Amino acid sequence: MASSVFSLASATPSASLSSHDIEKGKLNLRNTSLCFKKEKNNPFMKTKSFGRISMVVASNVSRFEGITMAPPDPILGVSEAFKADNHELKLNLGVGAYRTEELQPYVLDVVKKADKLLLEKGENREYLPIEGLAAFNKVTADLLFGTDNPVIKQQRVPKNFAVATVQGLSGTGSLRLAAALIERYFPGGEVLISSPTWGNHKNIFNDAKVPWSEYRYYDPKTVGLDFEGMIADIKAAPEGSFILLHGCAHNPTGIDPTPEQWEIIADVIREKNHIPFFDIAYQGFASGSLDADAASVRMFVARGMEVIAAQSYSKNLGLYAERIGAINVVCSSPDAAARCRLCSILSVYFRVKSQLKRIARPMYSNPPVHGARIVANIVGDAALFKEWNAEMEMMAGRIKNVRHKLFDSLSSKDKSGKDWSFVLKQIGMFSFTGLNKAQCDNMTNKWHVYMTKDGRISLAGLSLAKCEYLADAIIDSYHNVS
Amino acid sequence: MIISRFLRRGISTSTSPTRRWSWWDHVTQALKDPINAVTDAFLADPCPYKINLGVGAYRDDEGKPVVLQCVREAEGKIGATNFLESTSTAISSKLVEESAKLIYGEDSDVIKERRFAGIPALSGTGACRIFAEFQKRFYPDSTIYFPDPTWSNHRNIWGDAHVPDRTFHYYHPDSKGLNFLALMDDVKNAPDGSFFLLHPCAHNPTGVDPTDEQWREISSLFKVKNHFPFFDVAYQGFASGDVERDAQAIRIFLDDGHSIGCAQSFAKNMGLYGHRVGCLSILCNDKIQAVAIKSQLKQISNTMYGSPPIHGISLVSKILSNPDIKALWLKEVKVMATRIQRMRATLREALERLGSPLNWQHITNQVGMFCFSGLTRAEVDQLAKEFHIYMTHDGRISMAGVTTKNVDYVARAIHEVTASDRDTKILHNIGAYKAYTFDPGGKKDRTGTGAVI
Repeated sequence: MASSVFSLASATPSASLSSHDIEKGKLNLRNTSLCFKKEKNNPFMKTKSFGRISMVVASNVSRFEGITMAPPDPILGVSEAFKADNHELKLNLGVGAYRTEELQPYVLDVVKKADKLLLEKGENREYLPIEGLAAFNKVTADLLFGTDNPVIKQQRVPKNFAVATVQGLSGTGSLRLAAALIERYFPGGEVLISSPTWGNHKNIFNDAKVPWSEYRYYDPKTVGLDFEGMIADIKAAPEGSFILLHGCAHNPTGIDPTPEQWEIIADVIREKNHIPFFDIAYQGFASGSLDADAASVRMFVARGMEVIAAQSYSKNLGLYAERIGAINVVCSSPDAAARCRLCSILSVYFRVKSQLKRIARPMYSNPPVHGARIVANIVGDAALFKEWNAEMEMMAGRIKNVRHKLFDSLSSKDKSGKDWSFVLKQIGMFSFTGLNKAQCDNMTNKWHVYMTKDGRISLAGLSLAKCEYLADAIIDSYHNVS
Repeated sequence: MIISRFLRRGISTSTSPTRRWSWWDHVTQALKDPINAVTDAFLADPCPYKINLGVGAYRDDEGKPVVLQCVREAEGKIGATNFLESTSTAISSKLVEESAKLIYGEDSDVIKERRFAGIPALSGTGACRIFAEFQKRFYPDSTIYFPDPTWSNHRNIWGDAHVPDRTFHYYHPDSKGLNFLALMDDVKNAPDGSFFLLHPCAHNPTGVDPTDEQWREISSLFKVKNHFPFFDVAYQGFASGDVERDAQAIRIFLDDGHSIGCAQSFAKNMGLYGHRVGCLSILCNDKIQAVAIKSQLKQISNTMYGSPPIHGISLVSKILSNPDIKALWLKEVKVMATRIQRMRATLREALERLGSPLNWQHITNQVGMFCFSGLTRAEVDQLAKEFHIYMTHDGRISMAGVTTKNVDYVARAIHEVTASDRDTKILHNIGAYKAYTFDPGGKKDRTGTGAVI
């Protein structure tokens, strides 16, 4: 441990200090407890000359000496391991990033076009308002809640709700804003998350100091939804809890409730006075239709329920790196008298929005402009929006095809009679294979197939050409490893 | 304030569909951000000759926002490969490396030995916030010392990270310069090993910077006290027009062997405000520690927003690493800083020509985008109401909003509103002047204004 010896000189009275202990005190560290020895030095000499004289090498130990390595992110860590592998048959089914049939990353055509348009327009780079780009906020809320859709308008969307939308940094950033709002205005309020759920959910709520617990979701026996367990756990939660729901294409399982099941979930949530909190990261990726994938959220809103919804454009527009998403808080007041209704809704709307801004300002001041402009241009332009719908269908379509091929390969190659139909039933980018950790290790060590240890594979990283190989790997791991 | 679940919902427990939802009834209106509030008021004003001297965003002499040519050139080179997440890591690392070189000096040991942990951040705010969270995590009982005054958002940032703050003397309202003696006193009296936030140049909001000599003394005292200096570098290049010059304070601390942290913003000096590009770096003992600290910083940012957007990161990385584009950037920064310096001189001359008896030296003494005018709250309000000139309540003027076309009007307006307490101020100034010339002990000037205490 380095000790520090100074010789310091200054003529100013303020700097003529008496000797003192150089004790920094104990640092609270993970593995080590580092305590600096008390050193009684008298390092200070008064001289008559101005300014400093000399500084003997002061190799202080860093203030952050004992800081240990944070655990690697389980999902991103898979990609690292994949990169390091030189085997020719290796397959990366880790992170949920869309790949083409050639297993190349894909930049959507609409994104290229919108980006080019922005370059040509040469708009300024001024700060956005704290709540983000107004044009973006409008189109993103419309996209999710379908407020502009004439078909929807005719149906059940109540006239009395306002959505407080604030642009966020993709899904993560939007979830964090909501978590901070919950922590501030619902002290002690708990969030219920599905078991399992996306790994970062827990971290976000932990860092935001929002308590969480789990509701049953995945049934390993059926490799499907444990619906009774889910309902029972939601019912058992303290009244007024926040129930985190995946709007579509559940991550990591790929298992979504049916429309009938969604209605029952809404019933129970309403009955227990819970608040539904949607995380919509895959709108468009589940069925290929942006509208159809928003059905669950829209159904809740149509019932007049107040809803929180986080959106992300990372996957469906491939804008992972631009960090564009939104947090929406639906404020309604269906029971207030008509003349008071609008005022009361708008009052809540402005107040909630102001608090979301209050949270964002000390986090990053205002959100980034580029991704917001791209999304606003695509969703706000009829032609580009149509093109996007088509590309969305293509991407989701490729994944559906891959599911079918995988299912066919598994069914034909596996003679044990095991039911592999869950591969077809599951939705979206991911499939929960039901493989345990040891079996997953076998997938990686023997077959060079990289996946997360919970048994999740990302079908976005699978090509038709590799389905048979993957089927062999899965069958081998399932039957020959325990 | 604990709000019971019953009160919070305020509804009956019946399952009637007409039940009133009042989940958010208890949510109150948040206070408006003081700086943004100025912009809002400005936008709402229909007057055609209104002037916004509020937010610190550079404007050219036409009062228009500027997209730097170096930014356009960098953008032309980037293209759509931007969006591939596979290249993100490489680009982010490049940004951190180039940012560190810019602030610590290409030839510094820290750079050569790679003794720093850095991550891209959401401009200066994001970098400060990540550091505040990091400080809280590893020094949970620590506080942060801010200069008095400081940027209004600093308090919110460390506050939301649950780090309590204190202040140290900085601005001397009488001299409108640095209160150096009191500053050193406060640094001395703080408990050993305290965390301090320092503005290395172009202090916001006052524009008052220590001299190099004063920085050296501050650094020495910091060394004795074992304090941790965290630098908020929002204006590198904007203070003097020279990025190396503006990094002097940090280089001084580096020479003294301090372990420091830096929040860098490229919002102003590259005009990339809306892109939110910055860098957080912390100096370490060695490469191994750098890896550990970086992993912790990444973890904190992963739960807040993942990572900053790649577009801005690509632009800055390209600008700093391409020698031609970088040279262009350095020229453009000088142009911006020079225009502001010229406006300072012009505004001061205009006020003196109008015969204002008040002392306006501080307009040219102060440095960077902002001028702490000394105007009172009432005078600021009057400027807005009668003259449609907007600035923050503390009298901070963003010089970037002053142009050759509007400078005379601004001078006249300031002259008008200060006329009413002219008499009080003259007396005050005379009194102050007397104190300054009384010099029994021949002590050295500490105010930086030439006045001798």
